[in-house]
Amino acid sequence: MIIDDTIAAISTAIGEGGIGIVRMTGEDSLNILNKVFRSYKNKDTMNMKSYTLRYGHIVNPETDEIIDEVIVSYMKAPNTYTREDVVEINCHGGMVAVKRILATLLNNGARLAEPGEFTKRAFLNGRIDLSQAEAVIDLIRAKTDESMKIALEQTKGKLSTKIKHLMDKLLKMLAHIEAAVDFPEDDIEDVVSKSVINDGKEIVTEIEGLIKNAETGKLLREGLNTAIVGKPNVGKSSLLNALLEEARAIVTDIPGTTRDVIEEYINIKGIPVKIVDTAGIRKTEDLVEKIGVEKSKEYIDIADLIIFMLDGSRELDNEDKEIIKMLENKRVIVVINKSDLPMVIDMDYIKNNLINHPIIYTSVNTEEGVEQIEDKIVELFFKGDVTVKDVYITNVRHKDILTKALESINKGIETLSSGFPIDCASIDLKDAYLKLGEITGDTVADDIIDKIFTEFCIGK
Amino acid sequence: MYNAGTYDVIVVGAGHAGCEAVLAAARMGCKTLLITLNLDSIALMPCNPAIGGTAKGHLVREVDALGGQMGINIDKTYIQSRMLNTAKGPAVHSLRAQADKKKYQFTMKHTLELEENVTIKEDEVVELDVKENKIVGLKTRNGAYYECKAAVITTGTYLRSRIIIGEVNYSGGPNGLFPANELSKSLLDLGVALRRFKTGTPARINRRTIDFSKMVIQPGDEVVTPFSFMSDNIEREQIPCYLTYTTEETKKIIQENMHRSPLYTGVIEGIGPRYCPSIEDKVMRFPDKEKHQIFVEPEGEDTEEMYIQGMSSSLPEDVQIKMYRSMIGLENCEISRTAYAIEYDCIDPTQLDRSLELKKIQGLFFAGQINGSSGYEEAAAQGIIAGINAALKCKNKEPFILDRSDAYIGVLIDDLVTKGTNEPYRMMTSRSEYRLLLRQDNADARLTPRGYEIGLVTEERYKRYLEKRETIEKEIERMKTTRVSPTEEVLAFLEKNNSAEIKSGITLYELIKRPELGYFILAEIDKERKPLRREICEAVEIEIKYEGYIEKQLQQVRQFKKMEERKIPKDLDYNEINGLRLEAKQKLSQIKPDNIGQASRISGVSPADISVLLIHLEQLRRKKGE
Repeated sequence: MIIDDTIAAISTAIGEGGIGIVRMTGEDSLNILNKVFRSYKNKDTMNMKSYTLRYGHIVNPETDEIIDEVIVSYMKAPNTYTREDVVEINCHGGMVAVKRILATLLNNGARLAEPGEFTKRAFLNGRIDLSQAEAVIDLIRAKTDESMKIALEQTKGKLSTKIKHLMDKLLKMLAHIEAAVDFPEDDIEDVVSKSVINDGKEIVTEIEGLIKNAETGKLLREGLNTAIVGKPNVGKSSLLNALLEEARAIVTDIPGTTRDVIEEYINIKGIPVKIVDTAGIRKTEDLVEKIGVEKSKEYIDIADLIIFMLDGSRELDNEDKEIIKMLENKRVIVVINKSDLPMVIDMDYIKNNLINHPIIYTSVNTEEGVEQIEDKIVELFFKGDVTVKDVYITNVRHKDILTKALESINKGIETLSSGFPIDCASIDLKDAYLKLGEITGDTVADDIIDKIFTEFCIGK
Repeated sequence: MYNAGTYDVIVVGAGHAGCEAVLAAARMGCKTLLITLNLDSIALMPCNPAIGGTAKGHLVREVDALGGQMGINIDKTYIQSRMLNTAKGPAVHSLRAQADKKKYQFTMKHTLELEENVTIKEDEVVELDVKENKIVGLKTRNGAYYECKAAVITTGTYLRSRIIIGEVNYSGGPNGLFPANELSKSLLDLGVALRRFKTGTPARINRRTIDFSKMVIQPGDEVVTPFSFMSDNIEREQIPCYLTYTTEETKKIIQENMHRSPLYTGVIEGIGPRYCPSIEDKVMRFPDKEKHQIFVEPEGEDTEEMYIQGMSSSLPEDVQIKMYRSMIGLENCEISRTAYAIEYDCIDPTQLDRSLELKKIQGLFFAGQINGSSGYEEAAAQGIIAGINAALKCKNKEPFILDRSDAYIGVLIDDLVTKGTNEPYRMMTSRSEYRLLLRQDNADARLTPRGYEIGLVTEERYKRYLEKRETIEKEIERMKTTRVSPTEEVLAFLEKNNSAEIKSGITLYELIKRPELGYFILAEIDKERKPLRREICEAVEIEIKYEGYIEKQLQQVRQFKKMEERKIPKDLDYNEINGLRLEAKQKLSQIKPDNIGQASRISGVSPADISVLLIHLEQLRRKKGE
């Protein structure tokens, strides 16, 4: 555990409309910003004055690829929220921009903040009043318990099986190296750099595969890939919220508020479901929204299951009919929303064009019918009508950990390739092992020693 | 009972822990008494006849750097020396020397006898006298009462020890010595929790009955590296060891007689060490292994007894005879001492502070095997720390604590008192997070200034250390500033060593960093080089070659130190802290960590618990300020 390194997190509510903010605190904040930010007039970021703003782009420093157009602000310690240096990056809203910016910061030296860590620092550094200490403790406890619950769910998943398999491989390598180092006169086959390099490369390929899955950005988490589609303002975000039981996506009455695709991972009666709230699928002249629509079409193509929402209080229009066309040969649950209002929709048309698909009437605002949707998902799942696709990793944290573990293993391979002794490389491999353990949450420091004694006959 | 006098520090037991403890306390100016069951067993090596080995060699170097005796003593009495792991990185180079056991003992005994401030008594301590949670004195079997300000208990494997050989078992200490049967009760009465551990030793065999022609000879190093930073030339003729193997027959004998093993009959209750299993353990756990390697090592110069390393056993004597005779080269061997297992009382080390003082009794320190460790070196390492802290206690000074980034000694003690151990604890390099910093070659740089500060390191040693350090730094500086040009000679040299050619001038420093080159090889093109001591050349090479790794570990240490510097008051009531989970409350109350870093290493304390603890401490700090 580290108490004063530089940490970063997304600080706006996930999926919120207009802008997103990624925040960073710690003494390296400006340094890290300097690596990833290109100011509009090529001004030197290191000269930024406290409490000033700059306009420019966040880029991937390795490829110079632009990630997003941003306004950054810099606040120098101690007059900040955490009493440490703080950098805030204001970018476009939606999930994609903030996630990519956060990932860029993490790749360039920041660590993902733990639950409540900004507030914790604010308190530890004397920024928050003593009377709020209990509240800070509650926050840390609650957020940690929540993330532990998520972690626990994930340990049951395929991802965790893959990670554990990688960890086993690493542990075996480590135990062999360490046994050879600590018991040089015992009857242990010598560890050859070449075989460690080969084993290391295998692990590298596997981790790279997992990271690539995370990066493709199509399917982001493991679970039943479910898309909510429908024209604007039929209640898609409200349904997602009802399923999530908390507000993640912004809900308004203006059509097209959800401009980007929102993805959430939820657990419906024990079944992991990755649910996607698409932007309203309709013909639009609005450029930004058009991208969203295209993505929605993409989502229909790859989804395991589609929840198609219609507004029961409105007439069917061409937009609805166009979506219906897209749903051919798909597994669909039809949801007629706003059943609390007078029904005007042409149900015959729907029944004739979406043959054999279950229809559920809901009033998402009053949560009526939401449970039936859940039951229907479960039913389809168990009947085998829908199946879960492969393992994907998405969580920023996982990607961060995987990237850092990969770095360590590559460093170890490099060490060995350039002729340094095997025990130097084992430091890097151990780093990677401990990192991966953060995903499954079950790293025990004595693992290696235990492994040595089970694998090798050692003893004088 | 008569009053036999007053001492500052009394050390109970004169094994490897006791010897270092008594010398450290005495050298720091305390009037010190050493009480031991048998004067002829001072610094006894009841098991293997060697000092050092992986990680253990590091410990010896560290004890020496602090001003301890083990390194000097083995340098005077070794009969073979080897630097192990030289093909691996510098962090794991490990020195190991075979000792002449008797010379080792008597040299140490003589050192103690000559030491100012040390009194030695042959007697058995039977009871500790504790008043108001403070040790004030102790009673002996001979009827003496000694007053003291501090005491160090280093009873090794002697507490209520039992010897077990097959169906035979009896009350007895190692090597045919008496056990100490009284002190356990006194400790229990004081509320100290005891547990039972087990260890064992192989048989000894008369050299004349061994056929060495069937074995592989294991000579010592040609150039001997001393353990002590104070030793110069210690070259002498070395005695070889031998390597042999068990056979299928050995395996068969063991398998056929396992029903007579006390491990199976349930006679042995104690927990034995995994890294030091008996031969029957090895055969049962790895049944597919056809043969096990066995080292045959001399016990000394003036004896024909040979130690059979790897053949520790608690099988009955008649089985042992068959078993030993089934090995290659031992067909006609005569056993002079039978292998045995020994069970003994030790304490749960989590009852101790990092100073090795018992949390609940002031001035009462514990060191060595009684703390659940195993090995002479682990014992000596704890002994010197307990001795230092007993002395500091008498002087009302702050305890001397080495942390995990300072020394293997720090790792050893932190592991014992923070995590506890459920088997006899052995030091291993894999236990250290900062292995590249805690090398055996730089133990003096890490610890000699610390030892000097507390008055244990002599002026002579300190001056020697400063000179060495200065020479190393000057030479590194010279490497950084000396450039070679792409002359014919230099290019030929590079080509000869398969090293990339240079186009312009380059410093020797940069050349050393190339994996295929090094400080020693560069002598050929380093015209101004003056002859330096080997250890200095090695230090220069390591510090340049591994600079990147060393720097990386130094960064990790800086983070580590930040956590270690966040102190936790000893009287903190964890039960009152809202937000700590129950398990964390219990563990923290039991261990009473000194700081946040130590708290975070307690099993059952989660990162969220640490966050809560940090906030609570900040709350306390601010309330205090109000």
